[in-house]
Amino acid sequence: MTPETSVRQQTKHEQVGLTDAQAVEMYKMMLLARKFDERGILLQRSGKITFHISGIGQETAQVASAFALDRERDYYLPYYRDYGFVLSVGLTVKDLLLASFAKAEDISSGGRQMPAHFGAKRHRIVTSSSPVTTQVPHAVGIALAAKMRKQDIVSFVTFGEGSSNQGDFHEGCNFAGVHKLPVIIMCENNQYAISVPFSKQSAGQISDRAIGYGFPGVQVDGTDPLEVYRVVKEARARAVRGEGPTLIEAMMYRIAPHSTSDNDLAYRSKEEVDLHRERDGLPRYRQYLIECGLWSEEQDAALVKELQAHINEATKYAEEAPYPQPEDTYTHVYAQSEEGRS
Amino acid sequence: MAVIEYIDAIRLAMKEEMERDEEVFVLGEDVGLKGGVFTTTKGLYEQFGEQRAIDTPLAESAIAGVAIGAAMVGMKPIAEMQYSDFMFPAANQIISEAAKIRYRSNNDWSCPVVIRAPIGGGIFGGLYHSQCPESVFFGTPGLKIVAPFTAYDAKGLLKAAVRDPDPVIFFEHKKCYRMISGEVPETDYVVPIGKANVLREGTDITVIGYSLPLHFALEAAEELAKEGISAHILDLRTIQPLDRESILEAVAKTGKVLIIHEDNKTGGVGAEVAAIIAEELLFELDAPIMRLCGPDVPAMPISPPLERTFMLNKDKVKAAMHQLAIF
Repeated sequence: MTPETSVRQQTKHEQVGLTDAQAVEMYKMMLLARKFDERGILLQRSGKITFHISGIGQETAQVASAFALDRERDYYLPYYRDYGFVLSVGLTVKDLLLASFAKAEDISSGGRQMPAHFGAKRHRIVTSSSPVTTQVPHAVGIALAAKMRKQDIVSFVTFGEGSSNQGDFHEGCNFAGVHKLPVIIMCENNQYAISVPFSKQSAGQISDRAIGYGFPGVQVDGTDPLEVYRVVKEARARAVRGEGPTLIEAMMYRIAPHSTSDNDLAYRSKEEVDLHRERDGLPRYRQYLIECGLWSEEQDAALVKELQAHINEATKYAEEAPYPQPEDTYTHVYAQSEEGRS
Repeated sequence: MAVIEYIDAIRLAMKEEMERDEEVFVLGEDVGLKGGVFTTTKGLYEQFGEQRAIDTPLAESAIAGVAIGAAMVGMKPIAEMQYSDFMFPAANQIISEAAKIRYRSNNDWSCPVVIRAPIGGGIFGGLYHSQCPESVFFGTPGLKIVAPFTAYDAKGLLKAAVRDPDPVIFFEHKKCYRMISGEVPETDYVVPIGKANVLREGTDITVIGYSLPLHFALEAAEELAKEGISAHILDLRTIQPLDRESILEAVAKTGKVLIIHEDNKTGGVGAEVAAIIAEELLFELDAPIMRLCGPDVPAMPISPPLERTFMLNKDKVKAAMHQLAIF
């Protein structure tokens, strides 16, 4: 990625509709997600938390897609690697760490769910589960509601390429296509479903599946945030014009193991991982901003320091925060009625 | 008060709720233009349009999942499973999603969806058009499950389900659709979810059940009354959460209890009802707890003698009641 300039001296990010400030803001968000992710792994390795699942290598696509949406009104159904996405639409590092430590104040579940099962109504992040791809029909249902209510909003749903083999992906896409619903369906193709490589998951291309459902499918380099931004923005414009869904397949690589419970060298080589580490979109985007004159090594060093301090503070807060009370196990099975029945 | 069929009561409940609240809509296979394979949704398409009586693709997980998504943002969808036998592809959406949305989000999100599914046999439907899948969903906290046996209850429970803030499975018995008629007020009323209903006061034996077999029990009770046997009959109405107090109260009246349902015996709702009674009232019983249920075979066969053998009927229920009375 280079700051390609047109005759009018427009940079690539300006061409796709991003201001200089937004382009820099996106980078900051990606770096925040990366630093949080590294902290999660560290906390698990040091025995402070039980589990961490990583999105390292996927932040470029996650942050860029969030920036291309209406971050005040759209609905989001992210999957468990989407730290970059959820940070961009309102969750904080403190929120994420409170979930990592399973503390009462965890905004997504009050310490009930595993970390990375995002949800927060105030940010329109829809609660999520662990059986993969169930969120695709939900996104379609939310888009159906938007259409019935004549709202010019979209729902945006993500999942891995492994998940794209689930029936709910196909059933959801088909429904959305028939009813021309304002939903953006984005597959983060990181090449692995835990240990199973893409070659053993699909004989075709995920984005091509859209043809069968009667709407456009686009494959995009997920490590190029400006391309992802452009594609998601176009998909959103189509959706609010009433032209229906778009399937986006963002190509990337899962640099980290599946989770802290996974030894990835049992099924892939260090050389392969190292090769993709070199293709990491995050430093490439930083380089782009530096070449545009919007960022510098000095600013970067300062930002890293600032983020570390911020994450340290959030870690301390989350670690010291109280657990839920034992009796909280029993609450919110059903709505609390006026008679006190629960 | 008009006398209408059970199926008409279900349709009327949907019509009234859709008139009352424009966020209520129905979706499912053939529920639009055709008005449903049983005609349950007939007229809704004409009255409310194709956007609120939605013909969906033939894909149950999407029907449930799309309804759940819409419900999470405040719509009030009524999703129809054409036969409860075809509900299993949607089981992940119902059990992993709908049932857990409030709990897993610590009360941040909710899922006020209604899932209607015709249950039961006696219509020559064979293995895959006759099942009673209650036990599959029973025992999943977070779900409410209702199963009306009269036209009055069908209308009132469906309206209550639509207005309920949590997911409700509405199991309607397809044999009741046209066989059962009853007085149904034209006024707006609901039958509360979570409350059992005493159908008949009695002193000798207690019968507890839900859905179609209660009709057999009521007929049998009339005949047994002539023989001097007085039966107390309790309709669970809601099978989840169970109305424990009403169950215990009904059993305490007579000290002898028969539990009946068409779903097969092992692991059925009746097993839990029996366990509640055994836990709380064992020493007040004058006879062992008795159950009369569908047999433990995979599903109901189609051939008439086989279907008759599987199904409960008045004579079978009467014989069981008699046996319990003379214990």
